[in-house]
Amino acid sequence: MEQLIQLTIDNIPVEVIEGTTILDAAKKIGVKIPTLCHHEDLCVAGNCRICVVEVQGQRNLSASCATPATNGMVIKTNTPKIRKTRRDLLGLLVSEHNTQCTTCYRSMNCELQLLASEYNVDNNIFLSVLKESDKKIDRSSYSIEKDPSKCIRCQRCVRTCSELQGVNALTVAHRGEHMRIETFMDLPLNEVVCTNCGQCVNRCPTGALTERRYFDFLWDAIGDPTKHVVMNTAPATRVVIGEAFGMPVGTRVTGKMVAAMKQLGMDSVLDTDFTADLTIIEEGTELLTRLKKLIVDGDKTQKFPMLTSCSPGWIKFIEHMYPDHLGHLSTCKSPQQMFGALAKTYYAEKKGLDPKNIVSVAIMPCAAKKYEANRPEMKASGYQDVDAGLTSRELSHMIKQAGIDFMRIEEKHYDSIMGESTGAGVIFGATGGVMEAALRTVYEIVTGREVPFKNLDITPVRGMEGIREASIKLENCVEAWKFLEGVEVKVAVAHGLLNARKIMDQIAAGTSPYHFIEVMACPGGCLGGGGQPIPTNEEIRKKRAQAIYEEDANMPKRKSHDNEEVQLLYKEFLGEANGHKSHELLHTHYTKRNKV
Amino acid sequence: MNQSKLKRSDIIFGKYTPTDYNVLEKTVKRPPEEIISDIIKSGIRGRGGAGFPTGLKWKYAATLKSDEKYVVCNADEGEPGTFKDREILLRVPRKIFSGMAICGYVIGAKKGFLYLRGEYAFMLPQLYKDLEILDAKLKELALDFSIEIRLGSGAYVCGEETALFESMEGYRGEPRNKPPYPVVAGFRNKPTVINNVETIVTAQTICKIGPEDYANLGTTDSRGSKLFSVSGDTPIPGVYELELGMTLADFVEEYGDGDTKAVQVGGASGFCVPRKKFAETIIGFEGIPTGGSMMLFNNKRSMYHVLQNFLEFFCEESCGQCTPCRIGTQQLRDGLKAIKDKVKDEDYLETLLGLTETMKLSAKCGLGQSVANAFKSIVENFTEEMVY
Ligand SMILES: Cc1cc2nc3c(=O)[nH]c(=O)nc-3n(C[C@H](O)[C@H](O)[C@H](O)COP(=O)(O)O)c2cc1C
Ligand code: SF4
Ligand code: SF4
Ligand code: SF4
Ligand code: SF4
Ligand code: FES
Repeated sequence: MEQLIQLTIDNIPVEVIEGTTILDAAKKIGVKIPTLCHHEDLCVAGNCRICVVEVQGQRNLSASCATPATNGMVIKTNTPKIRKTRRDLLGLLVSEHNTQCTTCYRSMNCELQLLASEYNVDNNIFLSVLKESDKKIDRSSYSIEKDPSKCIRCQRCVRTCSELQGVNALTVAHRGEHMRIETFMDLPLNEVVCTNCGQCVNRCPTGALTERRYFDFLWDAIGDPTKHVVMNTAPATRVVIGEAFGMPVGTRVTGKMVAAMKQLGMDSVLDTDFTADLTIIEEGTELLTRLKKLIVDGDKTQKFPMLTSCSPGWIKFIEHMYPDHLGHLSTCKSPQQMFGALAKTYYAEKKGLDPKNIVSVAIMPCAAKKYEANRPEMKASGYQDVDAGLTSRELSHMIKQAGIDFMRIEEKHYDSIMGESTGAGVIFGATGGVMEAALRTVYEIVTGREVPFKNLDITPVRGMEGIREASIKLENCVEAWKFLEGVEVKVAVAHGLLNARKIMDQIAAGTSPYHFIEVMACPGGCLGGGGQPIPTNEEIRKKRAQAIYEEDANMPKRKSHDNEEVQLLYKEFLGEANGHKSHELLHTHYTKRNKV
Repeated sequence: MNQSKLKRSDIIFGKYTPTDYNVLEKTVKRPPEEIISDIIKSGIRGRGGAGFPTGLKWKYAATLKSDEKYVVCNADEGEPGTFKDREILLRVPRKIFSGMAICGYVIGAKKGFLYLRGEYAFMLPQLYKDLEILDAKLKELALDFSIEIRLGSGAYVCGEETALFESMEGYRGEPRNKPPYPVVAGFRNKPTVINNVETIVTAQTICKIGPEDYANLGTTDSRGSKLFSVSGDTPIPGVYELELGMTLADFVEEYGDGDTKAVQVGGASGFCVPRKKFAETIIGFEGIPTGGSMMLFNNKRSMYHVLQNFLEFFCEESCGQCTPCRIGTQQLRDGLKAIKDKVKDEDYLETLLGLTETMKLSAKCGLGQSVANAFKSIVENFTEEMVY
């Protein structure tokens, strides 16, 4: 029973559903009210007060993001009184701020900077009340950098970490002038439950939360003639790099991105999709092996559901929050780490390189991959498998630093070996993609036929619902997998750690009905990753997802097991899937961690 | 002092007997609508500071349909210079509990909470004893209502009703966005009547003496009597019950030390009245309303220091969530000092006054909105003291 109400905003009549905020009602008629604490993905906070408007009959101004429109309201959004108030508020924020736009990573993409400039705020109307103690930057984490001197206390990070991620690593501490955003007991970020997902970074309006940057390390490696720099690019990077160069959201720029990286001076530009395909073979085999042990051998210790393990934010989350259930995780490393382990073994061997001279760098949609690259156990090759993980944002930065005209650059192809990919590898970038890729392969292994979906598009696992489920019946199985005849494989897909929590609570309670669950730490999956272009919202994530599925649809090969370079890898190097060498290089173990 | 022009009153502390729950017994035999109508007729407005008509609040809560409703008595008493609720809690606690039970009966709430200022924890033993008596009485009357006591955390802002709910729910005491108002969505987002201690006791007194007798006290705009916490430069500090509507001149004549230069009416969030305006200033809703705090300052006081103390208080006690209040309070404090220290020109006062307007217009809750009151009234009336 939605009731329509009428109001006028700046003399323009508008009709909206009851309960709509003034801010959204204004948006409907193309009136943009400035905001800072508001974020479409999050609950209303109403604390920055920038969005104030005049409501006829009200003594004070109203925060439009937090005030529901009511029938007959008469609203003004731009009067001298409002402009003076907003200007004062911006002046106050600037007075508490370590304004260093010239050297700030978020300059030109900062909501405070933009508004302060729009309102022509005088930097010196008020005295500086920036606290000395806020100038201490926390660089303890491999992934996240926290600079309180650039924080406007909008609490978007706090809400992100609790509402979307259910982690609560960040909270509001102290009162009054001492109020600030802190971790538990103000401990360094690397000592708390932070999963490194970077979702707070994506929603921070300023430079207070950023990813740790490693591009200087990479520039040095490129400039060092003794080093052979191998770069691999994650599935979700190829649909976003254009955003930093003003291209519409959802533009596919794979070839341009490859070309730009070659121009940066990489010795070899390869594709993480290659190891995404490899992950499917390893993880699919692991799933089938677990099923076989359970059904044929009657081994009840086999943990079901099996959980995917390619999202490092998710891994750190489960290690902290559900340390007693790590056995459900697939032991497969993430595609990034598989790539790193192979770069310094298989690749080195094939190219005749000394692995100690190889610098392996991953371009990721992710902040957590930086931490993952530095996990102590990730040294299967005898060296640190991945030397650095950079975000797609950092790559855009490097392209700009190098003066490359991204709009004009001619498309190029990935190098070989470890550069081939299929559509199945590409869709790893969207929530549900790993599941879809796995089903395309597993179903075919077991039945000898392609999955029974039109164009191989397994639509039930696609979309943006927080948790989605599907089931697929195995019939007319080939001889080797006859024991699975008639089994209805139940799967689920979850994205955003709050949804992961729901999935895990079910598992902890012993009521999970699934065989296999894909979990991605970030809302939308990697395309909404903590290293992706800012801003983000559901509409943006949907457009990026669409681009990813288009990319898949346009690939000549769309099933991981069709990847010839992967087939060659098994033949020449690994032997069989889940075999001895695979276990040595491509699988890992997990660590129980504290809840604080 | 013998020919005082003030009208004393004694309905709040007066006639307190061990069997004071008789009022409750009599009242709950009447239909709720009748009680509401009496409270409305009496003209009583909230004593916690905002002055919302109590009868209307109860009436609205009564009309709402909800499986759960709550009565909350606000005993956080954090406003500087206010200590009248303390006196009520110590001297006539059964009037509070009986008032809460009446309110519960009227609006259809089964649960009440007394949100007690942390520093008042020493009162708990006595309060629990009185609650036992209440419980026995409620059982006898077959009234489904119970009262729980919650201790405050010591933050001034937690006296703000929605911050109080957040704190009761176990969250950080940050004020919420309004609307929705507590009557619609208060504690646990259920319809909630929240009233100041004095409001509740007065409401129960009205049930006892009838609205007519009560309305005879005070003036048309400010009905009834109320408690005043008198402090500062006065020979006789304390809590006094007076009819509303007196002039400040009469008040100062009674409580001043003969050298009164200014009175801060309503605590740190209230207004400062200088001597030259005492005669024309009426204490009540037609003049300057007050939650009860009356601080007197004599000529030895530096109004600059008085104001700086208030500002320091706000800098510490703001919850810190909203821009105008968190930063504005610091700017006022630091700016005023910068002018005094000649780091800033005198005309910077204009900027600061403009800033208080911004704070009033845009702060999220009453705390930030009312910083302007003290700042403006002191700066405008004592400009010289601020600058030199
Ligand atoms: C910062 C702040 C502090 C407050 N502290 C108190 C308090 O200690 N006691 C109180 O009764 N009301 C306090 N109030 C007012 C309450 O929000 C609320 O208006 C009051 O409890 C309603 O009761 P009444 O209608 O009986 O006055 C405060 C308001 C603000 C903005
Ligand atoms: S956070 Fe924004 S306003 Fe602050 S220094 Fe960086 S770009 Fe400038
Ligand atoms: S990186 Fe993720 S887990 Fe860590 S503080 Fe930010 S949102 Fe929370
Ligand atoms: S760190 Fe960023 S998101 Fe968090 S409160 Fe500060 S400015 Fe807002
Ligand atoms: S006005 Fe002050 S106390 Fe009120 S919400 Fe804002 S910061 Fe908190
Ligand atoms: S955007 Fe509305 S208060 Fe911050």
